[in-house]
Amino acid sequence: MSRPAISLDACGLAAAYGAGQGSAEANVREALTRIDALEPSLGAFATLERERALELAAGLDRDRAAGVPMGPLAGVPMALKANMCWKGVEAHCGSRVLAGYKPPYTATFVQRLLDAGAIPVGMTHMDEFAMGSSGENSAYGVPRNPWDTRRTPGGSSSGSAASVASGMVTIALGSDTGGSVRQPAAFCGIAGFKPTYGRVSRYGLVAFGSSLDQVSPFARSVRDIERVMQVISGVDHADSTSAQLPALEPEFSESGVRGLRIGIPREYFPAALNGDVRARLEEAKRKWVELGATLVDVELPHTEHAIPTYYVVATAEASSNLARYDGIRYGPRVEGDGSLQSMFAATRAAGFGPEVKRRILLGTYVLSSGYYDAWYNRALRVRRLLRQDFDLAFQKVDLIIGPTAPTPAFLLGEKASDPVAMYLSDVMTAPVSLAGIPALSIPCGFVEEAGVQLPIGMQVIGPALADARVLHAGRVFEAATEHHLRRPPEGQPKAAGTNPGVRA
Amino acid sequence: MSTTNSEIGYVSPKTQVRWIPVIGLEVHCQLKTWTKLFCGCRNEFGATPNSRTCPVCTAQPGALPVLNREALELALRTALALGASVAPTSKFDRKNYFYCDLPKGYQISQFDQPYCTGGGITLESGKRVRLTRIHLEEDAGKAIHDRGDTTLVDLNRAGVPLIESVSEADMQTSQEAFEYLTALKEILQYVGASDCDMEKGSLRCDVNISVRPEGEPWRTKVELKNLNSFRNVQASIEFEIRRQVEAYESGDPAQFPVQETRLFDAEKGVTRSMRRKEDAHDYRYFPEPDLPPITVSAERLDRLRSALPELPTARRARYQKDFGLSAYDAGVLTADRALSEFFETVARLSKLPKEASNWISNELLRNLNDPLLPIRSIDELPFRPHDMSLLLGMLDKGEISGQAGRKVLRAMFETGKSPKDLVASLGLEQVNDSAALDDWCREALVGKDKIIADVRAGKTKAVGALVGPVMKASKGSANPQVVQEILLRLIAEMPS
Amino acid sequence: MSDSKPAPSPANAGAPDVLHIARLARLAIDPRQELELREQFTRILEAFKTLSTLNVDGVEPMTRPTDFTDVMRDDREHSSLGLDETLANAPARIETFFSVPKTIGGEQ
Repeated sequence: MSRPAISLDACGLAAAYGAGQGSAEANVREALTRIDALEPSLGAFATLERERALELAAGLDRDRAAGVPMGPLAGVPMALKANMCWKGVEAHCGSRVLAGYKPPYTATFVQRLLDAGAIPVGMTHMDEFAMGSSGENSAYGVPRNPWDTRRTPGGSSSGSAASVASGMVTIALGSDTGGSVRQPAAFCGIAGFKPTYGRVSRYGLVAFGSSLDQVSPFARSVRDIERVMQVISGVDHADSTSAQLPALEPEFSESGVRGLRIGIPREYFPAALNGDVRARLEEAKRKWVELGATLVDVELPHTEHAIPTYYVVATAEASSNLARYDGIRYGPRVEGDGSLQSMFAATRAAGFGPEVKRRILLGTYVLSSGYYDAWYNRALRVRRLLRQDFDLAFQKVDLIIGPTAPTPAFLLGEKASDPVAMYLSDVMTAPVSLAGIPALSIPCGFVEEAGVQLPIGMQVIGPALADARVLHAGRVFEAATEHHLRRPPEGQPKAAGTNPGVRA
Repeated sequence: MSTTNSEIGYVSPKTQVRWIPVIGLEVHCQLKTWTKLFCGCRNEFGATPNSRTCPVCTAQPGALPVLNREALELALRTALALGASVAPTSKFDRKNYFYCDLPKGYQISQFDQPYCTGGGITLESGKRVRLTRIHLEEDAGKAIHDRGDTTLVDLNRAGVPLIESVSEADMQTSQEAFEYLTALKEILQYVGASDCDMEKGSLRCDVNISVRPEGEPWRTKVELKNLNSFRNVQASIEFEIRRQVEAYESGDPAQFPVQETRLFDAEKGVTRSMRRKEDAHDYRYFPEPDLPPITVSAERLDRLRSALPELPTARRARYQKDFGLSAYDAGVLTADRALSEFFETVARLSKLPKEASNWISNELLRNLNDPLLPIRSIDELPFRPHDMSLLLGMLDKGEISGQAGRKVLRAMFETGKSPKDLVASLGLEQVNDSAALDDWCREALVGKDKIIADVRAGKTKAVGALVGPVMKASKGSANPQVVQEILLRLIAEMPS
Repeated sequence: MSDSKPAPSPANAGAPDVLHIARLARLAIDPRQELELREQFTRILEAFKTLSTLNVDGVEPMTRPTDFTDVMRDDREHSSLGLDETLANAPARIETFFSVPKTIGGEQ
């Protein structure tokens, strides 16, 4: 206990713990103390599982004392998103339709974390069913950005991002369907990694868009991201879409990124791009060159179609995935006029928030008779074209970089009333999701807005299954820069009053 | 009734116009796997409600399906046995609708790329009924409406593997539909794909039916449901043919058949229109993103094909040719694959195929159908074909009488003991030549002067009335032929 | 699915009937919501119409990002949930059944 555990990253913490220093219980208590101090201003957690966490810690401490070998995340407190199944722990997905829902089973990736000695301390707030880019579409609570509590931490994995950025926990899981981990990582100045589709089992992640969803870690260093990936990735026979591959092995190279060809897609640097974002990315490009990489112009010509394609595909899948919320097996029921079908309609009308309803209806529409070919089937074809854009580009380059989001974190309430504007903020993350390829967001600098420092994120994109390459490059960049070491100001005043447009 | 079966078409009793029925069948059949289609829960009928469920088949958020290899295997075997072609690549789709027995709000089925197309069944008459397609899908749970004020939902059946076979509208009579179903059921049972037990719902049939005047194009088709026996399938078709013809012949377009689903009321023998579904049939099918496509190689199909059992039609022909059985007996013995295999083993071991046929199709089946015995199927028999062949051998050598044989078989059902032991323990050895026989016969003759006189007068058949009492006295162990001879001898020896 | 006459694209797909879609999706909506949703739908779909400018002839639809096939499991039993666990989250149950408002068979 010579220094506070929280100042170490997860790798450091697990190493120290494994070497007999400190105790898991102390680690958990320290995390809980920090959470208690910061929760009033950040509101990251939907549920805190103090007793469970302390029990897990005590068990781990006993095991260690008995000489049981310790796992790669032993004694590391962490956070899970509220759409992840941990048996007996409420996973309401930010939705009234799942109020009080305690899953009767544990997700594969959660089990792997537990087996590795990680200690989840709670479930974090999120946009309802992961549908949103700001955390505002939640029935329970809207987290704030630790860098500026008037701003969004991004979404939909809002609480997980805020919890890591503020140092409540060292690592957290989010889920990324169209950018829901990368964008909040960028807004919060931390690392967030969406793996290749299929690299991490989805069994136990509540589905939004089945062909897009990936469990994705947050951390304050790429090294920690790699550690989490080593634990949660690898084939799972409970998920037919999980890639038949072993767990990820981190890549190490003496030469760093020397000789690596890095693609710069002009579509990710449009004229309308926020000037500060552009400036930080320009600096980052120079840093890559300094590190020995070569920059190559590439084209991703179908990028402009990514947003409509993404929203057609994701909402179609969601309309079907969310059909199970019918008030029979779980969740609160609302009786209608006495008939079964009116019970369905009343339960769902009362249970889902406006954005989820909008997307269910949109998805139902694009699949419905007469519209399927015009919308859904066409979108699947455009999706192929988007994937081919990347395939062609990766014939010329090893990696692609660009901004993660077109702007820094925006103010809560700024876009809440405008679904189209909100959708457009996914423009640089959605194409990657549609293609199913890996991408890492890491901090590449800061901008000052109205007196506060806001982080800017850079996306490092790789071809399918080149997850280790992406992370390796990210680690090299990180080692040569200090952006990831900056911490949000402590003890920020609580945001004055309530934010416009925020439902509590 | 009479007009629909005996000839092609239905002659209206009112107008004498000949109407041609157009009939197609959709048959849902549960596959006999150990576990469900997409999860490891037991595929089991009759368990405590909801006790065979897991996160997958109760649609807990986050749960995902994984295809059961054996279900595909059984589905492929069925396809090959029906002479159908198997798609090199097929996929699953989601069929979206809301109902209380459908936990996910969609059924995982196959829409535009089923695993199997074509094939068909040849009826007795030589007529071919073509199959359009067969696809693999999951069953829904069960909604129970007749208990109390609410509907009760049991998800034990949710996720049980089904194949749905859709026929072309090639049938024209209820008899053809019956034959088609019988043949389909036989094949499904032969390849081990299904029990096809309609009572347990492992085979379910819907009928698509329309009528048209001879030489005219097809008219509106009606779907018939709630048919829980082959007999009901036939009865509903016959009713529906008459109903549709009468509707058209009323001349009032408002009465004409409309495209709808009708439920069969077995008690009243009529079909009734089901309440119209709101926004029916917009199932919003789309490819199931949670399941990768299925591929089946030509090599795999060859392997499966060569491992198929001999099918009932071929087997019937062989029994007639090789064993000299009648078409009827061959049909009885091949109706069930296990029975047929039992018969063949007994015939081979005993080298008495005709006797094996008689004893199995009469005595053995009688015992199987006896409600007093707990044994319902060949698989549950407590004895082996070997025992049955021993029994036939003893009968053939005259060691026991037919009556004793029946007793032994019954005892074999009850105890599972070998027939040799049973014959001994029950004292059923046939008594052919002993002092006891003579004694029993003498006793039987006492006071039967009328019979003795008749025999002496040349009516030797009259002695038959005395065989029974002797058999009774011997507790069935006597050979009736021998008894008769002794009786005649004794009468001849009597002083007149 | 649709029977496609002209090359189907958002440009000629027509405006959505919000009430019909809400019925399909089993979402009760009131007239105010209907109005609001129709307006939002029109805007969203208008913004998405760029999809129809693309030529997608001969392009294979991409259902999923992975290209592997034939993922299956053996026909082996794994333990089912206990009845208590299965029914724990249910808003209404009778004996070991889920209970729902009375409905006639086959209704969808």
